[in-house]
Amino acid sequence: MSAKEEILGRIRSALSDAPVAEQTPREYRKSSEMSEEELIEMLVDRLVDYKAGVEVIESAQIPKFVAAKLKDANSVVYPHGLEQQWLSQLPKGITQIADAPGARLSVAQLDATSAVVTSSQVSIAESGTIILDGEPNQGRRAISLVPDHHLCIVPVSSIVQLLPEAMPRLTITRPLTWISGPSATSDIELERVEGVHGPRTLDVLLVRGL
Amino acid sequence: MTQVFLGMPAPGHGNLFEEEPFPQAAHRELGNTQMRKNLRHATHTIRDKRLKVVGELPDWDDLRDSGSAIKNNAMANIEELLLQFEKNFTARGGIVHWARDASEANKIVTELVKATGSTEVVKVKSMATQEIGLNEHLETEGIEAFETDLAELIVQLGHDKPSHILVPAIHKNRTQVRDIFLKEMPGVDPTLTDEPAKLAEAARSHLRKKFLASKVAISGANFALADTGTLGVVESEGNGRMCLTLPETLITVMGIEKVLPQWEDLEVFMQLLPRSSTGERMNPYTSLWTGVTEDDGPQNVHIVLLDNGRTRALSDRFGRTALNCIRCSACMNVCPVYERTGGHAYGSTYPGPIGAILSPLMTGIEAEDNGSLPYASSLCGACYDACPVKINIPEILVHLRGEDVDAKRDTHKLPTQMDLLMKGGSWALGKGKNIGLLEKALPLGRLMAGKNKKIKKLPGIAAGWTQSRDVPAPPNKSFRDWWSDEKESK
Repeated sequence: MSAKEEILGRIRSALSDAPVAEQTPREYRKSSEMSEEELIEMLVDRLVDYKAGVEVIESAQIPKFVAAKLKDANSVVYPHGLEQQWLSQLPKGITQIADAPGARLSVAQLDATSAVVTSSQVSIAESGTIILDGEPNQGRRAISLVPDHHLCIVPVSSIVQLLPEAMPRLTITRPLTWISGPSATSDIELERVEGVHGPRTLDVLLVRGL
Repeated sequence: MTQVFLGMPAPGHGNLFEEEPFPQAAHRELGNTQMRKNLRHATHTIRDKRLKVVGELPDWDDLRDSGSAIKNNAMANIEELLLQFEKNFTARGGIVHWARDASEANKIVTELVKATGSTEVVKVKSMATQEIGLNEHLETEGIEAFETDLAELIVQLGHDKPSHILVPAIHKNRTQVRDIFLKEMPGVDPTLTDEPAKLAEAARSHLRKKFLASKVAISGANFALADTGTLGVVESEGNGRMCLTLPETLITVMGIEKVLPQWEDLEVFMQLLPRSSTGERMNPYTSLWTGVTEDDGPQNVHIVLLDNGRTRALSDRFGRTALNCIRCSACMNVCPVYERTGGHAYGSTYPGPIGAILSPLMTGIEAEDNGSLPYASSLCGACYDACPVKINIPEILVHLRGEDVDAKRDTHKLPTQMDLLMKGGSWALGKGKNIGLLEKALPLGRLMAGKNKKIKKLPGIAAGWTQSRDVPAPPNKSFRDWWSDEKESK
């Protein structure tokens, strides 16, 4: 008998009393009525608490702020579907590399790259969480992981207050990365320290009109 | 007959055992004052954080009710859900393996690693692989496993055992961690200080090359979603993302009880888990993957579905809700027993209140000294209040104490002291007359107490009571006698 058949047999015998579970209540909050300004304020508060850098800007200001945030980088990687114009004001000395199908960066190349710029799918104000889902403007998981500085663009229209409001905006079978602040640990005396294996710097641009 | 026999739930093996009675282990651990100090500091820090973030949510108890019901439903329909998960995970290029117990799971993982030709693996923190003793097994097979979670790294470098399911090195303070790094971490900066940020940085540089070069990673999983075939890992440091993203081969070992019916259930558990475990509104990183994604992440993706005593726990209708546990560790952080004895006293991979029920449920109450675990509690109920999926731990503790008494009764031919005491108690308390008769012996107790009016040592098993306290001399007269005298005098 295969292990699978045996385990399933054990389950049937374990549940021979045929337990019937109660219907699942779902009384928790599923929608909210926060204004755009309140959502921005809440998300900023959470991200700052996680020690992320945050700016609230207009869409026309993106190139200027991207350039300012990345001024100390040597090289920047971006997913091929990212709006090219956002990188238009980066100083000439900074190498720009697209990660594209057929032209993927190796792990070693990513490790040698100082920063990454991506967009994002949806953000949850209440928990300060930004979700990336591998769309062409967000890229493969590796590119937002290996470089030590992640600059993430969050369109204000993609902010919701609650996690249940974010769920319908996700395609769950895509590789998803939920990011709530820069890499951190609470492993020493349960005190939070930012900066371990993931990007140690997380900068977020909350963009109105995008 | 045969059908029933072949499908009988079997006990789990591996690191699930208390190897000496809990009181004995607790006595020894309590002698470690540094550990007690560290634990007190850590558990109090996390309690305050948890209460603060839980208090922010007006619907916390609604979320707990949903979480509890989702899990009860998942356990009632677990066969169907596992098959559904297998179908969906397989359809997207993942490969599903089933393991009856620890040794079978170890064998499957070893073969998968060997097939890649690699002799090194990187690991994301996982309770299931801790439970089956995977690292030790791989070592005997010539495969080196590198723990990448900071606390697991501290434990591994310190040749120590984990003492907490979320923060395995909770029993060490920053200075002790620094000392371990200085002694055991190759190439460490000798001027390393005990500042947590510096310690985290040392771990980063130590593991960076491993992450970038590793071909094989081994992980656990916090959730498996049946309706999509998705797996999820919740973490903080980014070591999880490294392991789940960069290697070519990813092998996940997961207990069968982690399966959830539908992907929307994530919206409940991703609110409950981070707030209950690290006391954060959300953990820094969560990764979700569904089989293989072309051009993104590992292309050779496996999962080992592990029983190892879970079906045994499932067969206990009074204890099966212990399988609802999402490994947040809130119960140990609030437990007055855990706070003092620490996790090592429980022997098993699963310490604290949840471990005191889960370990005996998975192995059987008679296994090793697991029958002593359900007594490692004052039944204060703090664990039940803190549990995000409302597992009634005190009730299951009492149920398992009953099982322990029954099991022991079956093995003793002669009645034990406890049996006799209980018999005596039942006689004495059964009738007013009987207790009245016993009270006549009170002056005898006064005689035993002597001039100091204290009884210093009781005989037999009652000696446990006087080990750390004296019994005051009994009064001259019992309350009942006093009461009837009072009535007469009026």
